[in-house]
Amino acid sequence: MMRKIFTPLAILTALMFAYAPVMIANALFESTMGLVQKIFYFHVPAWFAMFTAVFVCGAASAVYLFKGRPEADRIAVSAAELAVLFGVIGLVTGPLWGRKAWGVWWQWEARLTMAFLLELTFVGYLLVRKYGGPGAEKLAAAMAIFGMANVPFVYVSVNIWRTLHPQTTVVPTLGPGMRGAFWFCVLAFMLLFALLLTLRVHLQEQRATLDELYLAEEDGAV
Amino acid sequence: MFLKVALLILRKDVAIEAKSREILYTTLFFAVSCILVFSFAFVKEGRAVEDAAAGILWIAIAFAGTLALGRTFERERFGETLKALLLAPAARPAIYLGKLLGVVLLLCLAELLLVPLVALLFSAALFVRPALLAGLLLAGTVGFCAVGTLFAAMLVRARTRDVLLPILLYPITVPVMIAGVRGTAALLASPPDEQVATMWLGLLVSFDVVFVTLALWTFEPLMTE
Repeated sequence: MMRKIFTPLAILTALMFAYAPVMIANALFESTMGLVQKIFYFHVPAWFAMFTAVFVCGAASAVYLFKGRPEADRIAVSAAELAVLFGVIGLVTGPLWGRKAWGVWWQWEARLTMAFLLELTFVGYLLVRKYGGPGAEKLAAAMAIFGMANVPFVYVSVNIWRTLHPQTTVVPTLGPGMRGAFWFCVLAFMLLFALLLTLRVHLQEQRATLDELYLAEEDGAV
Repeated sequence: MFLKVALLILRKDVAIEAKSREILYTTLFFAVSCILVFSFAFVKEGRAVEDAAAGILWIAIAFAGTLALGRTFERERFGETLKALLLAPAARPAIYLGKLLGVVLLLCLAELLLVPLVALLFSAALFVRPALLAGLLLAGTVGFCAVGTLFAAMLVRARTRDVLLPILLYPITVPVMIAGVRGTAALLASPPDEQVATMWLGLLVSFDVVFVTLALWTFEPLMTE
């Protein structure tokens, strides 16, 4: 199924990303923040995509750990890479805005700290997979599950510690002139996430097949 | 049965440690050197920066804890006894619990010396609310070790375990550090802010419950080849 709709979806996503700047330019001009506010149309969707990736990775890791299904592990590693990727987009666009709005690149503030931590967790996940040696998949799966369970704790603790970020209630209160462009961008990012995930899982499957072929070849030679 | 196995493992670890005292001494020494190093960063004109004592205490515990966690399983690996332990007809989670109790006990012993030392060196009023401080320390130590014991056990087979343990452990235990440091800092304020400290203690206890459960639950599939 996915293979059939992959190309049309890829074209659609490309077109959406090509058209997104037009939508964003035409969206209502935010009077207090001015032009810098426009970054929000990429910043928030990137975080949406990251949180989806984190959730997919955690859930897939749990399935892998308890059921031992290799497919689940492939999804988990692909999602973890995407979580890092979208996290980097968020971490780059955030300070660009913060420099203009707050006058500093970085603030030790609740949501920033939390984003930074989540990014660290998943970079850690990838490091474990790369350098953990044999059996690293299981280690990484535990890391992902613990990382996911950690999200509410980090959220609560960091929230009490510091709060400065524009509240998350900003999304429902968006003016009608901005809502269209915002959800358009969210959809584009979600599609991009789904496409990249499919591609990456496919690559992982092919790697597994290749490994099996090598093993079979070695067995045959001996 | 479950508790009996856990206590047996605890007894075994305590007996080994009581003979050599290797982990306790090295961990303590390391923690004290951490405190010394931090004092250079946080002491200005002979006086510690505000709240520095709380931060230094918890960072020293975390660093020393990492060392102790690594060592407890290194010992099992070196004696090739981990396999025997896992082969024993006992519930795997009970093995985890026994190991966890051992590490917590060890760190608590280290804290018994570290807390007065920090109080003395940074003239911090750590003993104004001793019960609350003990609660924070115990809950924090349990939370830190719950995650750490599981990760250290999993990493026994990895070649790069020394590097990977902190990589895995620190991002996950950040809530413990925040709650521990902020809670202790609240106790250091004058007058001590009991309400804030109790709130952080609550967060630590819920962290403990969730992560001990999660670790007991994942220990079995993780330790199975």
